[in-house]
Amino acid sequence: MKNYHKGVEVVASKEQIFDKVKEIIVDQLGVEEDEVTLESSFIEDLGADSLDIVELIMALEEEFGMEIPDDEAEKISTVNDAVEYIRENS
Amino acid sequence: MGGDREISMERVVVTGMGVVSPAGSGLDEFWAGITQGESAVDLVQDYDLSEYPTRIAAQVKDFDPSKYLDRKEARHMDRFVQFAIVAADEAWRDADLLSGVDPDRAGVVVGNGIGGMQTLTEQHQVLLERGPSRINPFFIPKMIGNIAGGQLAIRLNLRGPNETIVTACASSGNAIGSGLRAIQHGEADVMLVGGTEAALIPLAFAGFCSMKAMSTRNDDPKHASRPFDRERDGFVMGEGAGFLVLESLRHAERRKAPRIYAEMAGYGRSSDAYHVVEPHPEGEGASQAMMRAIADAGLFPDDVDYINAHGTSTPKGDIAETLAIKRVFGDYAYRLAVSSTKSSTGHLLGAAGAVEMIASILALKHQVLPPTINLEYPDPDCDLYYVPNLPQPRRVRVVMSNAFGFGGQNASLIAREL
Repeated sequence: MKNYHKGVEVVASKEQIFDKVKEIIVDQLGVEEDEVTLESSFIEDLGADSLDIVELIMALEEEFGMEIPDDEAEKISTVNDAVEYIRENS
Repeated sequence: MGGDREISMERVVVTGMGVVSPAGSGLDEFWAGITQGESAVDLVQDYDLSEYPTRIAAQVKDFDPSKYLDRKEARHMDRFVQFAIVAADEAWRDADLLSGVDPDRAGVVVGNGIGGMQTLTEQHQVLLERGPSRINPFFIPKMIGNIAGGQLAIRLNLRGPNETIVTACASSGNAIGSGLRAIQHGEADVMLVGGTEAALIPLAFAGFCSMKAMSTRNDDPKHASRPFDRERDGFVMGEGAGFLVLESLRHAERRKAPRIYAEMAGYGRSSDAYHVVEPHPEGEGASQAMMRAIADAGLFPDDVDYINAHGTSTPKGDIAETLAIKRVFGDYAYRLAVSSTKSSTGHLLGAAGAVEMIASILALKHQVLPPTINLEYPDPDCDLYYVPNLPQPRRVRVVMSNAFGFGGQNASLIAREL
């Protein structure tokens, strides 16, 4: 997995990742910041459809400099799933 | 009639209209824009067109989709769909249909020449530079030519007919005609009809430049769109949208529609079967469309008071249309009034037919004819009365609007006072 921070040893905290993910979700899904919690489901709570999720995953890949394979992306259904995946793989 | 079922067609009226145009958006601003005598054509600043023979266009300036759409919606719609939403919302409000209509008896027909050309070229660039995995999942539903109709149906809950017509610059003329037929034949009570186009991108400029179809009067943009003038040298691209609410007269009366602008009385269509882009030199196909519209309306040629011409400001097209009008109207051609509002708005391509039908109906409403501006030097081959330069108050009862497209496809529509 490519290291986004290019050789510099930086480990982002879960909170930092969540803040960044939240920012992207707010922008991509057009929701308010306070609607986005770790427990939020993209489809049930944040009004995303299947195409929104593909677009969101692509935006996360861009932001965190990683590729999320389709079979992994399919398992991401809540904000926490996304944050955890990024924490473990970036 | 020995058991034969009598087939009676519904009468159809126009109860709402909306416009997004370079000469003004919203009905009032649009009417002011096509009667005040100033062209909306300008130098294009959004792209570097310094190597293009044509660097001018009629743009919808300061269009802010966030006034009408939330951020996510706007991002998932190409500009041509955003224009359609804004113009259709105005028409729907104007007709006072926000409170609801039986969704199964309401439909939509949209005309556009191209579709999401800007989205297509942007995503093609992404494909070339970054590969297939970076293509946006909304690329196809933003770009496909029929998506304006899909989005409008979702937004306004229209579950009846929903189709998109592509006949180049006749597209939205045909779209109005198709909606008219749907109501006449009892398929729907209300049809949202119109057209939209947003193709002011370098690739489109390059394509039309390569055909030498556009004006190159870059040093004098305000005078570049000059239909029927001897010095005309091609059309000027524009963008925008126009939508009308068509409704059966019975439905409009039953629900006490706040206004009835006119009866949509006749529709004629034809094909040149002659050349991919050149008009038939004697206007054969164009005259057929006009004659069919007059017959469809149950009128005689000399009932027509005003024609909003296709009049694109191309050397050949304006002569062919003039000849076509003479074929249809004979000596009366010299007594009726003809004008091209493209002199003010530029050529809105697939949206032209609907925007100009709206201009014609506003002429009925105001009893004023919008002028052909920039008509300075008479062309001996264009010798009709083109309402030169100034709006003309006149008693108007029956108006016709022409829209002709590449491919030799022609649409002519007639509206009349009710």
